[in-house]
Parts: sequence; C-alpha cells; structure tokens
Amino acid sequence: MNGSQRIEQAIRQSGEAGRTALVSYITAGYPAMASFRSDLAKVASVSDVVEVGVPFTDPMADGVTIQRASHAALEAGVTLQWILDEIGAMDPAPSAPVVLMSYLNPLLAMGFGKLAGQARAAGVAGFIVPDLPLDESGELDQKLAGEGLALVQLVSPVTTAARLAAAGRASRGFLYAVTVTGITGGDAGGGGNLSAYLHRVASSSQVPVCAGFGVRSADQVSEIGRHVPGVVVGSALVEALERGDDPAAFLTALRPDA
Amino acid sequence: MNPDADQTAENEDLLAALLDGRLPDERGRFGPFGGRYVPETLVPALDRLQAGIDQHLHEPGFQDCLAAELRDWAGRPTSLTPAPALGREWGAEVWLKREDLAHTGAHKINNALGQALLAKMLGARRIVAETGAGQHGVASAAACARVGLPCVVYMGSIDCERQAPNVDRMKRLGAEVIPVTSGDRTLRAAIDEALRDWVSDPVETYYLLGSAVGPHPYPYLVRELQAVIGRESRSQILEHCGKLPDAVIACVGGGSNAIGLFHGFLADQDVSLLGIEAGGRGGGLGDNSATLSHGRPGVLHGSYSILLHDEHGQVQETHSISAGLDYPGVGPEHSLLASIGRVEYQTASDDEALDALDQCASLEGILPALETAHAFAGARRWAGKNRGKTVIIGLSGRGDKDMPTLSQYPPKKASR
Ligand SMILES: Cc1ncc(COP(=O)(O)O)c(C=O)c1O
Repeated sequence: MNGSQRIEQAIRQSGEAGRTALVSYITAGYPAMASFRSDLAKVASVSDVVEVGVPFTDPMADGVTIQRASHAALEAGVTLQWILDEIGAMDPAPSAPVVLMSYLNPLLAMGFGKLAGQARAAGVAGFIVPDLPLDESGELDQKLAGEGLALVQLVSPVTTAARLAAAGRASRGFLYAVTVTGITGGDAGGGGNLSAYLHRVASSSQVPVCAGFGVRSADQVSEIGRHVPGVVVGSALVEALERGDDPAAFLTALRPDA
Repeated sequence: MNPDADQTAENEDLLAALLDGRLPDERGRFGPFGGRYVPETLVPALDRLQAGIDQHLHEPGFQDCLAAELRDWAGRPTSLTPAPALGREWGAEVWLKREDLAHTGAHKINNALGQALLAKMLGARRIVAETGAGQHGVASAAACARVGLPCVVYMGSIDCERQAPNVDRMKRLGAEVIPVTSGDRTLRAAIDEALRDWVSDPVETYYLLGSAVGPHPYPYLVRELQAVIGRESRSQILEHCGKLPDAVIACVGGGSNAIGLFHGFLADQDVSLLGIEAGGRGGGLGDNSATLSHGRPGVLHGSYSILLHDEHGQVQETHSISAGLDYPGVGPEHSLLASIGRVEYQTASDDEALDALDQCASLEGILPALETAHAFAGARRWAGKNRGKTVIIGLSGRGDKDMPTLSQYPPKKASR
C-alpha cells in the first residue's frame, strides 16, 4: 500500500469499527526535541492519522498556540531534515500513518524531488500544506504522487462549489474540511451551519473527509463525527503536551466512543 | 544561438510582455515570480478582489473619482523639485519627485486612497492594514476616514516605538492600532497578523496591503495605483528639461514607490533605473534588509519572489535603521526586473542613509524619511560615477516620523 492508501484505509477502518477517526496534530520537537519520538509514538497509538507540524517562522494560518510551538521548536533547532531523520529512525515505526503539515517554503528549500524521496524512505504517508491552494499545487502533487505520497487538500466554509468539487477530486488520503473561517486554535463553532457545510464537503469528496481547526472537547468530536468520518485535533493537543499531560490519555478522553 | 543570446532574447520578451500589459499573467505571475500562496479561505476573497479590479479599476467612473480625490484631497500632482545645491555638491543635475508633499506625507496615500475607494465599491465593512514605518498605517487611517470605513492597523511593537509619532496620528484619524508582539515584531510580523485577521473574516473585511507584495492581485493593484508617480515624473521632467533623465532612483522596501516611479520609464531603454535596498550594518545574515542583493527565491506572504531565508527555508530576521525597509521580502515584479536586468539594485547602509538625510536636509531644506534617505545615498554614489548627468530621485516621504530615531544621531556639522 502506498502512503495515500494507508491514510485512507486508516480512516475507513476506524469508521468500520464504528469510531470517528482521530487525526492528531503535534508540532515536531515541541515541547522538547528529546521526547519527539516517544510523543509521536504515544499519539500514534491512540490516533488513526498523525499530523506532524514542521515549524515555520511565519505560520500565517496558525493561532497563538501553534505559533508559540513553532517558534520554540525553531529556537531549539528543529529542521525538516531532522524531522524526517527522526521519523525514519523510529523502531517500531509509528502505529498510525504520519502526515507532515508544513508551510510551503521549507519544502521548496529542500526541493520537491528530494523531499518526496526522503519522505517516502522515512515512512511518511503524505503532506498538508496550508499555504498551497489547489491552483498552485500541481508541481508538488506530481512529485509526491510519484512516491505514492498524499497531498491533502484543504477546503473552508467560504470555498465555492466549483472549488470544492475540484478539491474533492484532487485530494489524496483525506480531504481536510477547515471548520472555521479563521486560524487554528480558535473556536470550532458549530450548529446548523457546520452540519450543512460538512455535508456539502462530504458529498463532494472522493476521499474521506476529516474536519478540524479549533476542536477541543469530546462534545465537538462527537458532533463533527456525526457528519464526517474524521476529526482533527491540533492546538488543544499541543496545549496538553505543554502542560505535561499524557497525550494518549488526553486524546482517549476526547473520543469516548472508542 | 549561444546561451547568452538566448537569455537576452528571453529577457527582452519578458520586458515586452510587461510593457504590453501581459504580465502579470492570468496566474498572477511576473515571469516565474508572483502567484497566490495563501490558505484556501483567502482564495475566494482574492478572486473577488480580482473581479473588482477587472470591473472598476480602469473604468472612467472609478478613475475620475480617484483622480478628483487625488487632486482635491491628497494634493496631487506633487512637484518635481530641482535640487541645485545637492546637484553642485554631487556634480549632477538632481530632481526630486516630492511624494513627501502628498497628503499624510508619503507615496503610501496613492495606494491607500485607491484601495479604500475600491473596498467601498466592493461593499467592505471593515479595513485591516499592516504598517512598518507607520506611513501606510496613517495613509490607510486617513483614507478610511475619508471614505467612511473603520480601520484596524497592525504594527510591530518595535516599530510602534521607533515610529511613535505615527501611532498617535493613526489613532487621531480614528484607526485602531494593534501592536504585534509575535514573530520579529516588525513589518513582517504585522503582515502575518493582518493576514490572520483577514482569514478570520474574508467576506466583510478588506485587506489594504501597503506595498507591491503579497498574493496576486496585490502586486499588480498596488503598482497600478502607484504608477501615478512615474506618469507625473515623466511629463514633468520633459516639461522642465525637454528630455528624459539619465537615471531614476528609488528606495525599495516591498517596492511600491519604486515600482510606481519606474513604471513611467520602463519603456525608455536609455533611462537607467536604480533601486536602493537597505544595506543596514553590513552584508552578514540578519544585518540588512537587502533582499534582491542577498536573497534567493522563496515564498513568503503569498508570493514567490526573492526572499531572505536560510537553507531550511526559514525566513531571516532583518535589520534596517528604517522601519519601512526592514522587510525580508520584495515584490515579485522587482524580482522579475532584477532577473531580466532592466533595473539594477544596490544597497545603502544605515550610515550612508543618515549622512544623505543630513545632506538633503541642510542643503535643500527638506527632511526626507529614513527610507527615502537610502535613495539619496544611492543617487549620490551614482552621481559620483556619472558627472553632469540628470537624475530623478523618488522622494517617497517626509522624515518627521523618524524624529525618535534621528534624535539618537545628532546632525554632523554641515555636510557642505
Ligand atoms: C517614506 C517611505 N518610503 C519608502 C517606504 C518603503 O516601502 P515601498 O518599498 O513599498 O515603497 C516606506 C514604507 O513604509 C515609506 O514610509
């Protein structure tokens, strides 16, 4: 199975087991570089997919929590190469497919060809690039697809029907439905608008839909899980790690159906 | 054909495409540079902005309204002032394009007014802007007051301090000023924060970007609104001298005053165009903001352009004595103009800029902004190698805002 298929299958299997798939985000090397592998292993053990954030100096789609985490990780010396090396060296490999979430510039700096090869060798399954809209994503998509890796597309509540259809066709692994018009870490919102939106996204997508941005509570997980197969938890998990909480316990409590 | 000839032909084609209005292309590219690297949430807003530009910007109704406001409210056309004392000192014929005389004291008003009028037509309820030197913030605050829209300005906390007079001006003009304490706490962080604000309300909020940077169509829109500087300069110099200048020189931060001025002369192949970046305190990492002189291609703030970043693609901290030039990126059109060789980009250091500022102030009775002073330093160097030639300097803004910084550097005794 290639990377895209592994992601898709992990989400589908969770659904078959009657559970909402959990896609968990951590910033690589935060709170500490030394605990990255064990944090990742723990998070993977209770998640269906793990997003590993590649820190960037100018995270324009992120709220204060992930800004803080990115800044600290960069200060500590985290680089894309280090992240790939660490993930590649994990034995056993993380028990859930790993997707790197990165702004475009660090990926450009490595070069898409080298990136795709190294990511696949490290066992990474795909990428999410929040500042790379569909229209600009052809070149990276092609390089990643050459290694069987997913490029996950994002849509938001203001995405037009035509763009939604195009993203639903192009996305690999899953389609990321941003639940808010805004940055990470805010309030996921809810209510009738959210369910109508999620249904729109789900009916346009050829891959499973996972929704997130600002998901913090078990109630939100089960609310979103009623409409789409997966939920993304980011800033709230990063904050739990900052507090020194056990990430596995934190995530398990978010998904009482599991 | 040899490779050099190929390259020359390609460069000529790109320049021709730019002059014909074929660039930016439909993907928002100036050759390889530009594009739209933004979160999906902003794409519909950029599409609406593009549609608004297509519909209104070149329509007589909008153009007439803009021209009337530029004339009656903003004080255009601005003078082209001879600078005989500087000319004697430098051995050249020097002319100054006086954007410092435009309302609010810098070229920034041309763009802020144009975009505020456009935002109003597009039904915006609220304006956000970023500012470095505070000039774009003041211009935005004033333009928003004029068109009747609330205005929020993000400004790095370091810049709030060094450009304190402008913070008070913005508030007086009714804007809310939000100091940014994240990131590098200067212009770059202010843009990050303005983008975050815009992502949170892309439908009702209009982002009034202050330089020729950012995702398409901003670099194009800002250039079109600043091109008035070059149009006026060209006809004024022809009127005064009966011929074109030998060189046109402007400072380059994001590049809006420079692109506006240069556009008047791009087709005039005999006119040398010179952009002056902030050389800061030296060529080392983090010591300057001279993007085109020291950078490599990369993506920041929605655009693929030349950028100061490390081998990992992390954007570098920059330094300049002038807040308005203290930025690691540059507009994509400048990256194209540099790559095809139509414009030459050089640097001026903090010290050279301070020295040139004193010279202009004491010899011509004009206190330029610290940003602008870099153009004077570049012009002085150019004049030293081009005796008797004619040069226009883009005097992009006035220096009152810089008094907190300047008070740390007492004027040297008459640089005459
Ligand atoms: C007076 C003045 N000149 C120049 C600049 C640099 O901006 P740009 O390169 O967009 O003209 C600024 C920016 O704040 C400014 O205030």
